[in-house]
Amino acid sequence: MTLPESRVYLDHSATTPVHPHVVEAMAPYWSECFGNSASSHAFGQAAASALEQARQTAADVLDCRPSEIVFTGSGTEAINLALWGVAWAARQSGRGNHIVTTPVEHHAVGRTVEQLHDLLGFEVTQVPVDGYGRVDPSDVAAAVRPGTVLVSVMVANNEIGTVQRIFRIGRVCRERGVLFHTDAVQAAGRIPLELDEVNVDLLGLSAHKFYGPKGVGLLYVRRGTPFVPPITGGAQERGRRPGTVDVAGAVGLATALRLAEGERVAECARLRPLRDRLIEGVLESIPDSRLTGHPVHRLANHASFAFRGVEGESIVLHLDLEGIAASSGAACADGEPNPSFVLTAMGISPDWGIGSLRLTLGHNNDAADVARVLEVLPGIVERLRASG
Amino acid sequence: MMDLCGSRMSDSTGRPSDVEGSPEVRTGANDGRRFSPRVFAALSGGVDSAVAAVLLVERGFEVIGAMLRLWAEPRPGSARADTSDAPEAVDRARCVADWLNIPFYLIDAEEPFKVHVVDYLVAEYAAGRTPNPCVPCNRVIRFGLLMERSRALGAEFLATGHYARVRAVAGCYQLLRGRDSRKDQSYFLHTLDQQQLAHVLFPLGELTKGEVRAIARRSGLPVAEQPESQDICFLADGDYRRFLAHQAPHLFRPGPILDTSGQVLGQHQGLPGYTIGQRKGLGITAPEPLYVLAIEPADNAIIVGPAEEMGRDECLVEEMHYIDGKMPTVPFQATAQIRYRARPTPVTITPLPDRAAHVRFASPQRDITPGQYLVLYDGEIVLGGGVICESRQSML
Repeated sequence: MTLPESRVYLDHSATTPVHPHVVEAMAPYWSECFGNSASSHAFGQAAASALEQARQTAADVLDCRPSEIVFTGSGTEAINLALWGVAWAARQSGRGNHIVTTPVEHHAVGRTVEQLHDLLGFEVTQVPVDGYGRVDPSDVAAAVRPGTVLVSVMVANNEIGTVQRIFRIGRVCRERGVLFHTDAVQAAGRIPLELDEVNVDLLGLSAHKFYGPKGVGLLYVRRGTPFVPPITGGAQERGRRPGTVDVAGAVGLATALRLAEGERVAECARLRPLRDRLIEGVLESIPDSRLTGHPVHRLANHASFAFRGVEGESIVLHLDLEGIAASSGAACADGEPNPSFVLTAMGISPDWGIGSLRLTLGHNNDAADVARVLEVLPGIVERLRASG
Repeated sequence: MMDLCGSRMSDSTGRPSDVEGSPEVRTGANDGRRFSPRVFAALSGGVDSAVAAVLLVERGFEVIGAMLRLWAEPRPGSARADTSDAPEAVDRARCVADWLNIPFYLIDAEEPFKVHVVDYLVAEYAAGRTPNPCVPCNRVIRFGLLMERSRALGAEFLATGHYARVRAVAGCYQLLRGRDSRKDQSYFLHTLDQQQLAHVLFPLGELTKGEVRAIARRSGLPVAEQPESQDICFLADGDYRRFLAHQAPHLFRPGPILDTSGQVLGQHQGLPGYTIGQRKGLGITAPEPLYVLAIEPADNAIIVGPAEEMGRDECLVEEMHYIDGKMPTVPFQATAQIRYRARPTPVTITPLPDRAAHVRFASPQRDITPGQYLVLYDGEIVLGGGVICESRQSML
């Protein structure tokens, strides 16, 4: 369907529009500079050169070495590569059979860890989270044991926006000699990711979450990390991700990452007051409503709520009919009948847990959009409660 | 405004004003859409529901496409529950909505559908009855959950692609057979009440299947050549016996096949494999054809007999529902259908306490089947119906 122009988009955690500069940067790599970056002729060299420049750009932003960067087909693929790559390496060396994670990870981590348990027999410990969805680093330390090969804790949660204590968890892992993977898909462009500072061994990103194209992700693999590629083929990406590289995508990701990091401080400073106005306005005007996730340690663009006794899915449809795009929890979880697993893990009861709404701000939003939400949302919740 | 919809005929007084509690019709904020009633069009991915939506759009309604996400049996070899037909049907429905340039929402009903339709089906077979899952699905899911959801979303009407009609007569809504007698689906809708009928539209009610296909082709609908859907939507392969054997293996205990004098003629492979009137697949050699006369779950037995023992001219019906909302107190005449495809036959209904009724047929019927719905008609008007619980041949 075609979209009316006056719609308000408040679902930037689901995806973002591609930045015009990114489109421009990618443009030459479709038909003009189309070579296969693995070919030795001039066409290939031109593509390889663009690819390596993109890698360098990404490495500069992330404060790591270009050789530590692997371009992938999505954030989910990057995370799968990380977890399976470490798991196969552990199998190969025979060292370790235990993974530590949390109950609030995105399915890209959660379902993959489940498979590692079901198919490869890895033991899994889920460290509990508090009422804000936060992990206590000392719980991570307590869960690590001889035979632990990997800790996987996300930087920021997609559904509730809570930011974890990544530095401290990284330090715990480093002290205990355990690999640390973090899902940074929601974090890029929103919180600093200087890998030289964080003790992270593997980190996954997705370009379309920060105004880059869909269908391209990035995996950072720290030099020296035991890693057996879960997919096999050619030598692309140093054999860590075989398959002809999407040069346009890599250029798009790198450009978007550079732009996002460049504007991060200013954009967060712009969005934070809008977010706070939104949170304040919703909690003031809607009875039996609450903020989900941490009030302070949360993404600057992320507001998430629970409304007692109302289905989040219904609120989303109502908002859509009013021209406002929002989400109930995570985009992938839409349509799931049960209360969100994230909210359940935080100890939120089902009559609240079904009523979750996520509003995530971005480039095109301003105070008028927030005002528009505050104008229609209270009435929607009231009507749903009345008809419920 | 209502004459916009051909399926919705009004008498001279027009539409009754008893649609209390309906939210005011809104145009939808900050867009340029016309001020017109909002309609939820239930899409299934098939031709009928798509044409219904086309007609509504042509008539100027603000149409919103909606599809129910129902429970579906996992396909063999797949690990997850969402891998039956459903995803392709969703894609087709989405495609129709996209083609019509209307919003499309997938409404989750997996859990209630499992409870009220799938579990009901299994429980009915366990009790030796032959259920009809489409009736509770319409009552609880389509015109229950989906209607509530559409009303909550500001829709004045829920429209479906059923071949049936609604007519308002002197402040009361009547449900009528679809104009195309071969496609008439009013049987499945007999549980609707006044409140629901006030808010349903059946745009195909006045059309034949041929006309619907023609509209689909003329308008270039992407699903114009979609074949008819199968009987039970949630089965991976349409084979309910295999489904039951998988879901409820305990129901498949072999037991005796008896004649009416109690003599054992053979062995059956589990009661759910049989229905009243069935002749084939009994595995008995007899001089004359034998038919299933009764299913006795208490004895895990099937009773069979020759054709002349099949006739029954009385039955007891429970959970009677009358569309006009008035429970009759005295016996009355009507015609009845004892299955979806059964021929309407004259009956006398005697109301009994607790929403039960005694039904006497003018002539003996061969396959009055417990679990099936008996639906009452006055000509083309649906009066209501109930579920058959037992039948017998009167000794008079």
